[in-house]
Amino acid sequence: MLEMTYSQAINAALREEMRRDSRVFILGEDVGVFGGCFGVTAGLYEEFGPERVLDTPISETAIIGSAVGAAAAGLRPVPEIMFMDFMTVCMDEFFNQAAKMRYMFGGKARVPLTLRTVCGAGLGAAAQHSQSLEAWFVHMPGVKVVMPSTPADAKGLLAASIRDDNPVIFIEHKMLYGISGPVPEGEYTIPLGKADIKREGRDVTVVATSAMVHRALAAAETLAGEGIEVEVVDPRTLVPFDKETLLRSVEKTGRLVIVHEAVKTGGIGGEIAAIVAEEGFDFLDAPIKRVAAPFTPVPFSPPLEAAYIPDENKIIQAIREIV
Amino acid sequence: MVLSKEQMLDMYRKMQLIREFEETVAKLFSQGQIPGFVHLYVGEEAVAVGVCSNLNDKDYIASTHRGHGHGIARGASVNKMMAEIFGKMDGYCKGKGGSMHIADVELGFLGANGIVGAGLPLAAGAAFANKYLNNNGVAVCFFGDGASNRATFHEALNLASIWKLPVIFVCENNMYGISMCQKRHQNIADVADRAVAYGIPGVSVDGNDLMAVYEATAEAVKRARAGDGPTLIECKTYRYRGHFEGDACVYRCEEEVNEWKKKCPIQRFAARLTEMNIASREELEAIHREVKEQIEQAVEFARQSPYPDVSELTTDVYCD
Ligand SMILES: Cc1ncc(C[n+]2csc(CCOP(=O)(O)OP(=O)(O)O)c2C)c(N)n1
Repeated sequence: MLEMTYSQAINAALREEMRRDSRVFILGEDVGVFGGCFGVTAGLYEEFGPERVLDTPISETAIIGSAVGAAAAGLRPVPEIMFMDFMTVCMDEFFNQAAKMRYMFGGKARVPLTLRTVCGAGLGAAAQHSQSLEAWFVHMPGVKVVMPSTPADAKGLLAASIRDDNPVIFIEHKMLYGISGPVPEGEYTIPLGKADIKREGRDVTVVATSAMVHRALAAAETLAGEGIEVEVVDPRTLVPFDKETLLRSVEKTGRLVIVHEAVKTGGIGGEIAAIVAEEGFDFLDAPIKRVAAPFTPVPFSPPLEAAYIPDENKIIQAIREIV
Repeated sequence: MVLSKEQMLDMYRKMQLIREFEETVAKLFSQGQIPGFVHLYVGEEAVAVGVCSNLNDKDYIASTHRGHGHGIARGASVNKMMAEIFGKMDGYCKGKGGSMHIADVELGFLGANGIVGAGLPLAAGAAFANKYLNNNGVAVCFFGDGASNRATFHEALNLASIWKLPVIFVCENNMYGISMCQKRHQNIADVADRAVAYGIPGVSVDGNDLMAVYEATAEAVKRARAGDGPTLIECKTYRYRGHFEGDACVYRCEEEVNEWKKKCPIQRFAARLTEMNIASREELEAIHREVKEQIEQAVEFARQSPYPDVSELTTDVYCD
């Protein structure tokens, strides 16, 4: 095992995939000379040159639209949208073109593009640079949605996404770039659609995504001191979603808390709760709880932003209410 | 162009106020006193001031992520702006917006903006409202050379042209969009050339020359108020600081920055004022001292202001 940051792990996956397959190329704003707004693509321009690491104008419509065209024509583009919030300006290209092309063309097209982008609050970046919009993409048939929480997952899932023949949105979290963790040596992939049990427990299942996995683990640690054994399940990919791991866990614990950073209304937590209500109702010994952000844009002011993001205490409180 | 001494000194004061505000924000940011991202306007003061000195209270401006200068030029309170940047309750947006979203619609300031190129159609819309309400007001949109590659640029200019909207599109060409030099992001030297495609006038001026910006805007405002439609004005300028505070600026060299510092818009206007005997060195220095004090007070105001109460988290999402 190597010790790597989340950011370095993503960088390593990009590098290895580009070395392995000459059809893979990167495009986006400031990804080349600058090395990426968060430094994730650092060094790739130097290694692969301007033909494979393309600095684009500020033209999201053209970035995603051209990636779709290039993918349909045989390449494997890895476009970057600097902040997930800016997906709003190129939704047609992703939703109406990338997502539906295969279906509309009667199965006669492949759109192997991996769109990397960044979600999340915590940097005081305010309402237009802090959103977690994953639920939008989950609602769109034809797109796969990946949200890694650790360096090892980020590396293996990104490699798998790039090798996948479908459009994938790979959502990184800006507050995770600096965290480090063990990463297996050499090339490896983690299959899309396979959840990971980040901590075993018998009393309650907590399903958490992205940065919330770490807060759920902290809550589990605290509660372990009181004799409550929390099982933390990280779906890792939201589409495809690993129902089996979720249902097996709830069958074991009989209780479910869902934690995500996006607003609760219309969030992925509703979908996860519905899966269990439909297919695992008999396993439940208590009502399902959701811990998520309030129904408001992300505020700038530090005390408001801190109150916005679900924290360890809110997770503990939700668990206590049903255990 | 006949301007009174008061008008000229007011323009000088506003440029100094922007410079002092921004340098103070840079210092506070480096000391960790300001959260979030900050994009500063140092070096580009002549554009905001030259443009906004032509506006009156029916007019609107739409701004960018680099919006502090536009706000000050439009007449915003430096106290409330500073408090907003600190995330405090007495800020323009109760601390909910921060540096990138400072706005005051009553002041005709449709906001800084976190989304590049978002202001262009907003300004077209405000111009439409003014035309509809028949109040003789105009709208101005500031945007960068980088933003001129976004779809919104094309769509807003085209719409404004066919609807003959009283809007002025002001491109602040500081030669970079983050790390991308203009030469790498478009194959034209003058963004103003793009006006041809929309059938509207396009002019390119020295953006570090306050009077050049003022005069080009005066002409465009006159056209707009007369019902003759939009103008695209390109102001060639330069940002002294990095794209954001903390930017290592690996994409440009120190010599280039120093060359531009020699073309400082404030020093240039000061020289003009003294040469024309409009003001003495002492008068200008006195203005500078007053401005410094004003900014110190703004910082004090921001420090004293409380953070918003957590109950504010869910207010203002909808109208009551
Ligand atoms: C739609 C969108 N894309 C990308 C960004 C990230 N971004 C913020 S500022 C900026 C550069 C803007 O350059 P320019 O328009 O020339 O303005 P300047 O910063 O030079 O004043 C970029 C790419 C954004 N905020 N919004």
